[in-house]
Formats: sequence, C-alpha cells, structure tokens
Amino acid sequence: NSHGQDSSYFLGWQLYENNPFHEVENPTGIIQMGLAENQLSFDLVESWLRKNPDVMELKKGGESVFRELALFQDYHGLPTFKNELVEYMAKIRGNKVKFDPNNLVLAAGATSANETLIFCLADPGEAILLPTPYYPGFDRDLKWRTGVEIVPVHCWSSNGFRITMFALEEAYERAQKLNLKVKGVLITNPSNPLGTTMTKEELDHLITFAMAKNIHVISDEVFSGTVFDSPGFISILEAAMDRNLENADVWSRIHIVYSLSKDLGLPGFRVGMIYSNNKTVVGASTKMSSFGLVSSQTQYLLTNVLASKRFTSKYMKENQKRLKKRKEMLVSGLKKSGIECLKSNAGLFCWVDMRHLLSSNTLEAETKLWNQMVCDAGLNISPGSSFHCSEPGWFRVCFANMSRGTLQVAMRRIKDFVERSNLMGRIKMNYQQNMSSLSRKLLSNWVRKLSSPDPDEHER
Amino acid sequence: MGLLSRKATCSTHGQDSSYFLGWQEYEKNPYNEVNNPTGIIQMGLAENQLCLDLLEPWLMKNPDALGLKRDGISIFKELALFQDYNGFPAFKRALVDFMGEIRGNKVSFDPNHVVLTAGATSANETLMFCLADQGDAFLLPTPYYPGFDRDLRWRTGVEIVPIHCTSSNGFKVTLPAIEQAYRQAQKRKLRVKGVLITNPSNPLGTTMARDELDLLINFIEDKQIHLISDEIYSGTVFTSPSFVSVMEVLKDRNLDQTQVWERVHIVYSLSKDLGLPGFRVGAIYSNDPVVVSAATKMSSFGLVSSQTQYLLSAMLLDKKFTKEYMSENHKRLQKQQKDLVSGLEKAGIRCLDSNAGLFCWVDMRHLLKSNTFEAEMELWQKFVYHVKINISPGSSCHCIEPGWFRVCFANMSESTLKLAIQRLKSFVSSIGMNSQGHQELKSLRRKARNNWVFRLSLQSFYDREQDTTTKVSFSYRPHFMSLSNIAATLDAAA
Repeated sequence: NSHGQDSSYFLGWQLYENNPFHEVENPTGIIQMGLAENQLSFDLVESWLRKNPDVMELKKGGESVFRELALFQDYHGLPTFKNELVEYMAKIRGNKVKFDPNNLVLAAGATSANETLIFCLADPGEAILLPTPYYPGFDRDLKWRTGVEIVPVHCWSSNGFRITMFALEEAYERAQKLNLKVKGVLITNPSNPLGTTMTKEELDHLITFAMAKNIHVISDEVFSGTVFDSPGFISILEAAMDRNLENADVWSRIHIVYSLSKDLGLPGFRVGMIYSNNKTVVGASTKMSSFGLVSSQTQYLLTNVLASKRFTSKYMKENQKRLKKRKEMLVSGLKKSGIECLKSNAGLFCWVDMRHLLSSNTLEAETKLWNQMVCDAGLNISPGSSFHCSEPGWFRVCFANMSRGTLQVAMRRIKDFVERSNLMGRIKMNYQQNMSSLSRKLLSNWVRKLSSPDPDEHER
Repeated sequence: MGLLSRKATCSTHGQDSSYFLGWQEYEKNPYNEVNNPTGIIQMGLAENQLCLDLLEPWLMKNPDALGLKRDGISIFKELALFQDYNGFPAFKRALVDFMGEIRGNKVSFDPNHVVLTAGATSANETLMFCLADQGDAFLLPTPYYPGFDRDLRWRTGVEIVPIHCTSSNGFKVTLPAIEQAYRQAQKRKLRVKGVLITNPSNPLGTTMARDELDLLINFIEDKQIHLISDEIYSGTVFTSPSFVSVMEVLKDRNLDQTQVWERVHIVYSLSKDLGLPGFRVGAIYSNDPVVVSAATKMSSFGLVSSQTQYLLSAMLLDKKFTKEYMSENHKRLQKQQKDLVSGLEKAGIRCLDSNAGLFCWVDMRHLLKSNTFEAEMELWQKFVYHVKINISPGSSCHCIEPGWFRVCFANMSESTLKLAIQRLKSFVSSIGMNSQGHQELKSLRRKARNNWVFRLSLQSFYDREQDTTTKVSFSYRPHFMSLSNIAATLDAAA
C-alpha cells in the first residue's frame, strides 16, 4: 500500500471527481483546488501552434518527418530537443548556469525521472532525507518500487519552514538510529507545497551537509519556471558554482530533475528529465529511461516550440505576470476572511495558515476542518498532513488551474464558510454559557416532558 | 564504493551483450544506399519499416488527428492537461477493438482491463513488479529476446530461468523442458512465479501451436503460477497457421471463469505491426483486477503521451483503414520473408519455417568451424566486420545450440535485402572452398587433431582475455564476459 494513493490527498480528489464544479453545469459542485496545474497560459501556446502548423503535422520545411519520428526510439533522446531544453533551462536560471545536453536524460515526466534517479543512487533499504512539508507523490515515486525509505527533515513555521543545519543533522541521526543508510537529500526548489524559492543560505547548508556526509543532493526544480516574484530563483548548481565546487567531489553528487508540466502546463505530454554531472548516473539512467521514453512525436513538437526564442521569452514573461496576479487574488481573498498565507514567490499554490480555524491543535482537528472544507465549503484543498507537515492546520491551495471567475466563487465560499464557523463558534459559546446558568431542575423537567410516552403530547 | 546503487553499477542491464555490440558497430559504419554503400547493413533490428508509406497518406487525409482537433476544434488544452493513468478512454476502446481484429475476433477484450504503458519494455517490467518479488523467478523458453534480461530482471531483481528448446522439434516448448526448468529453479532456491512466452516468437518468427499453449496452461494451472504472453508480434502473422492467442485457448477450454483466467496476462504494443516504436505505445491486458489496479498506478512511471494517444485513437478507430493496412502489411512481410528465405537457400542456408515476425531464424550450424559458441562468435564477427551484415547470434538469445542467427528483413528496402543476400552468398562460397580442405584434414588426422583443436581453442580463449592490443575493439571484452555467463548457465542446465 506504499503507493500512498489512499492518503487524504487522493481521497479529496475522488470526492471532487464525483461532484466537480462547473461554472454553468454544476455551479454548486466541488472546486478543485488540490491540483497543481498551470492552466493560465494555454492561449499563448495554442496561438504559436496555429502560426506554425508544420510542427503538429510532423513536417520540417514542408517535408514530412513522420517516418523518422515513428522509428526514433533512441534512449539518448532527440538531440535537437535536448539542445533546446538545456537552453531553456539556462534561460530560466537567468543564464547563470550552463547545461550540457550530454548530461541530460529524458524521462516520461518528473515522476519517472525521480524514480529512476533513486534507482541509480540507492539500494533497497537505504534512505533519502526529505524536508517537510513535501509533495505526497514522493511517497510513491521514491519508495514504492525502489524499496528506498524516506526520512523527513522537519521544518517549522517558526522560521517560515526553512531548512536548518540542525534539522538536517537531526534527521540524519534519526536515520542512523533506525539503521538506515542515508544516500542523499532530495529538495524541491521552488518548494511544493510552500511556493517559496530556497535562499542561498539554505542551499549552502545542503551543499555543506552533502559534502560532510558524502551523500547526494537531488534538486527537483520542476517549478523553476513558475517564479513570478522576487527573490529570484537560485538553482543548486548556481550555489555550488558560487562556491567554486565544479571540480570538487560533491559536484558529481548534485542532480537536478525538471519537467515541462508545470511552467508550460503540459503534464499530459510526459516530458521530464534528469540532469547530472555524474557520468555513471547519466549512463545508468539513460538505459533506465527505456522504461519511460518520451514519445518522439512529442519531442518533435516541443523542440520547435522551445526553438522559438521570441516565443519562450514572451511566454515566460506573460506566464509569470499571470501567475503573480492570480496568486495575489487568492492571497487577498483569503486575507478578507482572516486567513494568512506563507509569503511566496513561486509555484501554482499557496501554503495557507488555517491553524486558528482548528478546534484543537491536532491532526484530527485538521482532518475535520478539511472534511468541512470539502463537504461544506465545496473546496478540495490539500491538508498539510498529506504533505507530512509537522504542524496541524496548514493547507495547500492551488490557484493556477481555474478561471478568475471560479477563483472568485472559491473566495466567496471561504468567506461564507469562515463566517458560518465564527457564527457557529459564537452560538456554541453562548450555548455553553447559557447552559451553566439555566436551572438544572428546569432542564430536567423539560427533558422529562419531552420523553413522556403521552401520545397527545407528541402529536403537538 | 557504494555511492551509487548496485543497479547503477552492475551490468544486469545486459547492454554489454553481443546483441547490443553489433548495434554499436553498425552505428559506427551504417550502410546507406547512396552515401555509404559499403557500410554495415543492419539486420539485427526487428523493426517494421515496410508500411510507413501507408500511414502517411492517412495522416494527410485526417489532419485533425495530428492537429489535435476534434471536428475541426482544437482540443490541445484538454490533451495537454490529460495525465490520467487510466488512459484516454477512446484510445483504449480503439486499441481493444484492434487487438480483437488481430485475433480474428475470436476473443474480445474489455478496455477496463487494459493498462497503457510507454512501450512493451515498460509493460513487461511493470508486470514483473506486479507479479514477482526480488529473488523470485520466471521461466522463459529459449531462444528469447535479449532485451528481457534487462527488462525483466534489472530493477526488479527477478531471475530468469530458461526453458531450453532445441531444433530437434523446431524449438517447440515441451513438457519435459518446462519441468526441467522448474526443477532447475527449485535447485537454485528460486520461487517460480510464472512463465513468460513470446507469441509469435522472437527470434523464431513462429506462432505457438495449440498443443504448446495447452501444455503451458496445464502447467500453470498445476503449479498455480502466472503466464505472461507477450503478443507484440501478433499483428505480423503473414501466413498460415493463423495466430492463436492464449486467451482464445482459455476460452475454447471454458476456463474463462476459473482461477487460471486471472493468472494469464497479455502484453501488446504498436511498435511492431504499425511500425511506430518511437511513439512508445504499449499495453498490459489482464483479467485480474488487482493486477490491473497495481499496474495502472505503476504506469505513472511511463505514461503514453496524450498527444500520441489521441493520434492513434483516431487512426485505430478508422476500421476500414486498419483492415486495409493489416492486409497490405501481411502481404509485404510475406514477400520480404520469402525473398530472404529463398535468397539464403540459394546460398545453401536454411531457415526455420516461419509464419510471423520481422525476422528469420537462420541455421548456420554447417558454417561453424566447430559446434561451439566460440565458433559462433567467430562467425558472427566475420559477418559484422567482413561481410558487413549485423545479424544477431543465437547465443545472445540464449539459444543452447550454437550456429543459429536471427536475421531481420522488415527494416530495409527490397534492394538492400538483395544486396545483403548477395554479400552472404559470396561469403558462403568463400567459406565453402576452405571447408572442403578442412574436411580432408579432419579425416586424415582425427586423433591428433582433436587435441590440437582443443588446445587451440583454449589458447585463443585466453589470448582474447589477456590481449588488449589486438585490433579487436575494446567493446568486445565485456561481451566475452557475458559469454562466460551463458556458458555457466549451460553448465548448470546440462
């Protein structure tokens, strides 16, 4: 059962599937706010495709390349595609890092890339450290078939959930006590679910830690193209370069995972990748990619999309603008309901503080609140416990997978919900107060009368 | 050093076998009708390139399929967001219909039992993860597709125990052979979880007979194990006998409501009949809902691009087209196979009688200097480096008889095939002259010669191991190590 599919994260999904919101057809349905998808910038991609029909038609200069593509199953990937990808990745990093296409391995989505990396870096029974809160899918992707364990690195709201050296050391010791050999630490930067980019300090801690313990660092940078505000994005490779570590041992122990699912909004096309400076890892993961190659039809399409530098520049700028605006709408909407969010500058979601809405500071109370959000408020948001957050009361709320109108509806529903909860809270409080001042005798008389078997009484 | 996993640093990916090495040599010097007419002709690649010209006009007549439109309206967004591991419903429906057609509609498939995967490579590995644990074993009839050593074993930790088949009965699977393999597994303290067959067979190019399938069903019933039938070549059956799927046999024996029904699983792909290996479309079909459910979740690690699912659902839904395509496909495959078989015959080389696949299983035992795998390797080297044809030696397919080779015919034009046959003919006649002299020598000095040959082959054995300065490329040495493994398996099986 370690595919983790029965966590509330996926259950909320199911509830939504049974009663999905639709602006026209089902306006009282559940609004999906648990899906980290970017639906804000399709029109840009679609208009480019319309202007470049050859690409979808698998033509190059008017000539069909269908045949070559149909036969192309080389696990090294379409060379032109990898060239474009590394340029695009560098662009996202403000060209402060350069990537070599020979160190890039394509995979069917980041899901495949992450699993493959773990297969390459760890044996069954070994462990990977992961800062909490983390993406629930990791419980499946990193552990299920690999037999590798996850040991959480606990992060707390007291410092904005930042990774500290102390937390890393603590997690490492815990792993040792459990007799687990730690092979690496996996970070998601920008973070899912926090929506924040890692600070230079955090990255430095990780690198120092990896050097000291002689372990790997996997930096899942799938959200790197969704950074819409300052501070800017610092990739782990940039941090390592700033410390002149290109010739150090640790350089070959740093690996990046990327995908086109989050910024370009194309999860259906299954385009993920591993970037590593370690030749053995590149070699092994290339062979392993046989189990999840990217369709050549898709490789061709995206090679051309990314080759248009004007388009990618325009897309990145506009996409970031839209993400920022939408996030601000969510944040201000929540604020009006008395709910704060962790300050974020990236991602497709906000990390929302609903601790004050909990009836008690417990996991049960969080689950109860989540239940109420889905069933009463009609919003499928993701409870922090499904992200292994150590503090109850935090929720991840997605904003980029819906229209403005739908988000407005969602905001209104939250406001109503909170008001109702406040009202209920006040009624409850009044009731409790009144109960103690009501004469006990009166109450027991009243109750006795009600439960009297006199039929005439009941009919009234 | 333990920094990386054992999987990353071992060679269970089998990529150092001669199967892949021949490929590498070809890559260095590939034949091209115009640009490199003396290059190596690739006859080690089981691809179907004969009918791609039929697909292109269909694409032109149906622009919505590639254009990701439905009735002229763009559904790009819908597809770009579609990552449901249950697969595109229209595609699964079209796929099961197509699979039914291939089986003469004697079996019908339920789309809810289909799990889509990125190619049969992914499907096979996923099934292993679902049906077996690390250290368990699957029985495989030999000769088998070299890729299985990687696909079934590498990351899963599952073992393969061969069911040895021989030319004495056309390499058919027999009960004694299966039972031998089962005992072998038990001796090695391996728990057998199932049998995996490829039907039609790669590399034999033959479809399984009903009695073979009956045998296998009886066996798995008795041992309460699984049967995986890799039917990726089912669409390449070009002549009689017609294809009989294991599902059909189960139905005919009224076993479709019994336990064994849920232990039989099919693997399929569009890479061989439609000739679309680049699009990565594979499928698992199972009647066991637990397997379907687990495999579906595992397919997250290798989903089919929605762009591709949409294109192929449109194509496969055009029943008129698929009928015409399959008919023409079979015709062309048959012709090309006939050309190869007759061409080889003229050179005194016989092939196993075949009715399917993209290759022939060729008997070159009479060209071997001795009935050994060393001699087979020597012959293979000659083919690659001197005759300039990359064919696959039987040892890479774990065949226990030296001298058999798999020769592909569907990945080249008629003229290239003619040239390949010509090269083969000239090579064989050159050997022929030598072998006559060799025969005389044999009859004259039999006793002494036995010792001499033994010492010589041993010597060359060691020479190859130690000598790093010969013109034999570095890539040859790892191959040599895998030859030793094969020899060890042979010893154990003997």
